[in-house]
Amino acid sequence: MDTLLSQILNSLFYASILFLIACGLSLVYGVMRIVNMAHGNLYAFGAYVAAWTVGLVAGRLPDVNPVVLFVLLLAGALAAGAAGAVLEPTLLRPLYKRAEEYQLLMTFGLLLVLEDVMRLLWGPHPLTASVVSDALPSVSLLGLTYPGYNLFVIVIGGVAALALWAFVYRTRFGVMLRATSQDMRMASALGINVKRVYVQAFTIGCLMAGLGGAVVMPISGAVLGMGVDALVLAFVVVVIGGLGSLEGALVGALIVGFVRTLGIMYFAEVELAVLYLIAAIVLFVRPAGLFARA
Amino acid sequence: MTPAIRPRLLSRLEVGGGLLVAVALLAVPLVAAPFQTITVCYGLVFAIAALGFNLLLGYTGLLSFGHSAYFGVGAYVTAELVKYLGWTSMEAYVVAGIVASALVAALFGIVCVRYTRIFFGILTLALSQVLWSLALKLFWVTGGSDGLRVPTPTLLFGTLAPTKDKMDFLAYHYYYYVLVLFAAAVAVMWLIVHSPFGKALQAIRDNETRAEFVGVQVRKYRWIAFVVSGAFTGLAGTLWVPLNGLTTPDILYWQFSGRIVFFVVLGGFRTFWGPIVGALAYNYLETYAVGFTVYWQLVLGLVLVLLVLTLPQGLAGAVEALSRRLRGAPAVA
Repeated sequence: MDTLLSQILNSLFYASILFLIACGLSLVYGVMRIVNMAHGNLYAFGAYVAAWTVGLVAGRLPDVNPVVLFVLLLAGALAAGAAGAVLEPTLLRPLYKRAEEYQLLMTFGLLLVLEDVMRLLWGPHPLTASVVSDALPSVSLLGLTYPGYNLFVIVIGGVAALALWAFVYRTRFGVMLRATSQDMRMASALGINVKRVYVQAFTIGCLMAGLGGAVVMPISGAVLGMGVDALVLAFVVVVIGGLGSLEGALVGALIVGFVRTLGIMYFAEVELAVLYLIAAIVLFVRPAGLFARA
Repeated sequence: MTPAIRPRLLSRLEVGGGLLVAVALLAVPLVAAPFQTITVCYGLVFAIAALGFNLLLGYTGLLSFGHSAYFGVGAYVTAELVKYLGWTSMEAYVVAGIVASALVAALFGIVCVRYTRIFFGILTLALSQVLWSLALKLFWVTGGSDGLRVPTPTLLFGTLAPTKDKMDFLAYHYYYYVLVLFAAAVAVMWLIVHSPFGKALQAIRDNETRAEFVGVQVRKYRWIAFVVSGAFTGLAGTLWVPLNGLTTPDILYWQFSGRIVFFVVLGGFRTFWGPIVGALAYNYLETYAVGFTVYWQLVLGLVLVLLVLTLPQGLAGAVEALSRRLRGAPAVA
């Protein structure tokens, strides 16, 4: 019973992180029809900035209130969002009229650049800031002791999913976003500033990825290569759920989270292979994913 | 009576340039140091992979992000033949590498060619990642992350055994061996893309619906192109192993697929020769960038970003446009 509960919580923890990464990938694809290969690197960028900021403050002020450190995690999300707001207009906008291959190639080039920029800025060694996760005590749940910080991450994932849903389906901006995603030319003809919607969508996507990186950092640290690993898993999530669908990203993240936890217990050797096989089967049966829109 | 105008298979420029390049490539081991020769040899191997890849991207309009799979199958099949059967003949490796990679491509192709555009890309990527994770995790078969060693093979049906100095053998005998197979691969690919089959692929690339309408079996043709492409890349993988002496899961990882994409974009995927130029140029760029900075990914990434923004036709496309302008001929859109 204890192990079952802890496995479920672990799965939800994975799923939260995966959702934060995959929702941005899906949002950007839904609005701009671009698959951003550098998305995982923005997640890593969020982790690095958060670790660096928290480390800086905790180092200078040893007895700082832990609440401040939690707020500082947001620096990672904001930095990734800012990076997105700069990258979209400068590097992606010139390519919308060209063949799809060029957009993929551009984001692939960005992936390579960002990977090394992080190595350049923060060196080859991992950065950690476990002060943040240590600040929350373990929690007793139905006789199970579980790290409080992991629960915090699960809550963040849930809140982010709700907030994003409300944003896309309940606000004026969300209407503009959905209109642009359905028919860019028609939206433009109706007076929507499509360029601005593109920047905003890309920025939000990067912000969510950065948040994912920032909240996972106290547990797994900020390491080189984490972006690529995350990208590969996020691909599986959006392929299962359907590119461009937020519900799909959520369901995909839950499926991948649970399969990974099962995988670690029962088939560690072929865990990734199983995930990709699931993705391949979904693509074979429902080419556009489980939650595809026509 | 006017003489019938026959379209020439090769233009005068291509014949002249081809002869010049052939002489230069033949002379490399005689004039260059072994290290230089081996660098060119790597370039030729990658050029074969790039040729295969471009049959899909340049001629069929399908961008694969999973060509590491076929390169890796070619390499790993060779390594397994050494491990389990103790074979040493390069000819056996080549045949086995081509057959195995074609079989894997045939299987993956059944799934992949049902889709185009981004879904094709993701699916090829996903399937190649399955092979990568298997190579990494099934260590009792594949050696895991340590990979498998492959000793220098004997060439020409066992008549040419490796000499004591491995470097000299690779930089002379093996170089010419690769050069011959490279020439054969170029010739075969040239015939394929200029055959009716090749024209049908280009028709599919330009307009799938119309191609179907004039009777091209789109999915079947795409599948055949996929298998041929995989076999070329598999041949490259087999030829690569003796040079490297070792095969590791790195060559199955998606970044290696990205590298193959890079060769072709650098050279230009709208031309036949572009991928070859790109593979040779990239190989030099990497060899020297790695020696000169640890941030070579940054250099490569910046080159890729600049290429996409300013030189989308690649090196070969740029040269072609330049020569056209010099001759005063109108630019072709």
